[in-house]
Amino acid sequence: MDKFRMIFQFFQSNQESFMNGICGIMALASTQMYSAFDFNCPCLPHYNLAYGLGILLVPPFILFLLGFVLNNNISMLAEEWRRPQGQRGKDPAVLRYMFCSMAQRAMIAPAVWVSVTLLDGKCITCAFCTSVPVETLGNASHPHLSQGEIQRILARIPCKEIYNGQQLIDNEVAVRYLRCISQALGWCFVLLMTMLAFLVRSLRPCFSQAAFLKSRYWSHYIDIERKLFDETCAEHARSFAKVCIQQFFEGMSMDLVAARCHLPRKAPADAGEAAEKLLGITDQGTMNMALKSWHRCKPPLHLHPPALPTGNGWAGEGQPPTHPSMPRRETAAYYSWV
Amino acid sequence: MDRFRMIFQYFQSNSESVMNGICGLLALASVKMYTSFDFSCPCLPQYNMTYGLGIMLVPPVILFLCGLILNRQSLVMLEEWRRPQGRRKKDLAVIRYMCSSIMQRAMVAPVVWIVVTLLDGKCLICAFSGSMDPKKFVGFANVSTAQVQQLLAKVPCKDDELMRNNTSCKAVSRYLRCWSQALGWSILLILIIAAFLARWLRPCFNQATLLQARHWSNYIDIEQKIFEETCCEHSQLFAHKCILHFFESMRQEIKLHSFSLPREGERAEGEEDLLRGITDQDQVNKLLKTWYYEKPPLDVSQATQR
Repeated sequence: MDKFRMIFQFFQSNQESFMNGICGIMALASTQMYSAFDFNCPCLPHYNLAYGLGILLVPPFILFLLGFVLNNNISMLAEEWRRPQGQRGKDPAVLRYMFCSMAQRAMIAPAVWVSVTLLDGKCITCAFCTSVPVETLGNASHPHLSQGEIQRILARIPCKEIYNGQQLIDNEVAVRYLRCISQALGWCFVLLMTMLAFLVRSLRPCFSQAAFLKSRYWSHYIDIERKLFDETCAEHARSFAKVCIQQFFEGMSMDLVAARCHLPRKAPADAGEAAEKLLGITDQGTMNMALKSWHRCKPPLHLHPPALPTGNGWAGEGQPPTHPSMPRRETAAYYSWV
Repeated sequence: MDRFRMIFQYFQSNSESVMNGICGLLALASVKMYTSFDFSCPCLPQYNMTYGLGIMLVPPVILFLCGLILNRQSLVMLEEWRRPQGRRKKDLAVIRYMCSSIMQRAMVAPVVWIVVTLLDGKCLICAFSGSMDPKKFVGFANVSTAQVQQLLAKVPCKDDELMRNNTSCKAVSRYLRCWSQALGWSILLILIIAAFLARWLRPCFNQATLLQARHWSNYIDIEQKIFEETCCEHSQLFAHKCILHFFESMRQEIKLHSFSLPREGERAEGEEDLLRGITDQDQVNKLLKTWYYEKPPLDVSQATQR
């Protein structure tokens, strides 16, 4: 019972702490990606806006989807959603809970990227430099400049080394202005996200707490059940393989004995475990034949019951099915050397 | 029972987590390779495009092949595909499942290389600077056609004397870099959307067949491991018996040729067994020489009958 509790707690905590860990790693990875990314404003009138907003919005979308892709629960959610009803009813509240919990975790890395981008300021400076209010900050009455020319000059604000509009508007002034707006937006965004998270956490118990507890329990249950099923299948595959190979070796040695027309050699009573473990293969030729036969003619996926008194080791003359039926699985699982 | 569970878990988790680990390591290795690679554009009209595209496309092929080679499951899949049918039917769904899982893992490192290359921009600038339209950039508008190609080809080389303070070159560089980064982010976006749709929509199609294919591909892997383990165990015992038999026959030969009676009761029973009747230097030397010149036959059928 204790072991069961330990295993259960391990699964329970493992899935949640694992997902939280992935979430944290992705948030760190998004800051690292931003600092490693070489922001390169094109400094051309129509390209600036596209580039700046693209860098602000596309990577968060990628990170959001990546958060879903890396979450193993997404296939569980899709499976639970699409399975035929069968003998177990489907609860949409459970599906909603699973989806919300995945979406909340996936939102963290994009929010971090957007905040870091806004607080740094390069994106907004690049995207909105052509919309700087020249009248208030600079010298709008500068003559002989068409609208297009002004746009081209303003577009070069982020690229200090080629900026040639000092008379129109000072580069430092424009950059400081845009950066100030960007950082204000960044802090407001962080404040908004934090308040939202706070409200969601503190107000949730006020609304249908009982239903929430139920959904959470059953979503954990579905996850644990799926893991246990995979584990059981793997355990079964291992037992199946062990028995299959053992029967292959036995059949091999009995086949050779029959071919040589000798009386079947019985291992003497005091030969011990070692002789048994040799599986009846005691010389090079036999071993070579066993290896060749393993490759050329793998045994069927059909374990015959253990107590067959006949000398004919091979059972199942016809093509056996590759998926044995349930009752035989029970036999195979118990007939194991462990 | 506990040991069984531990060993089983090792087997279960081993192949999947080892493969995921290898996949991640290759992706990190590809980033590290790119950052330590000293990209040096030739800055000559005919060579730029070849070099740039070559650096962008050849290492991914190498990384893809490495990903296939390092994955143990690819051998298992090939063996399952090519084995004679014999007494066990072949299930194509299993082979397809294994193939797709191997391909997906092998594709990660090449994609990482291509995306990092595009986001950095040097390859595309090198490859396509010669294909720029000189009229778009002020500095190149007045240059003759023959010379403009040479100049454009030199754009990636920032240290060249002509290019150092040339604003038009910087403009070309910036323009190409912007396109390169946009392309990189777009490719990343498309791939992530594809991965998301694949994960989301897979249970909608043929979930039962998928579960079966996954189970049997896991089974084939485990069976292969257990077979190797059994053969190893068998060869250990085989070798043990063979050597015991050899020592026995040596001892008998020595008894035949020497006249000294075996000393009884002077040593403890355990030591006598371990020494196996070989008790002085000459005997040991003879034994070693015989072991080298006349190894015993690979046949312990006599030994098991004793």
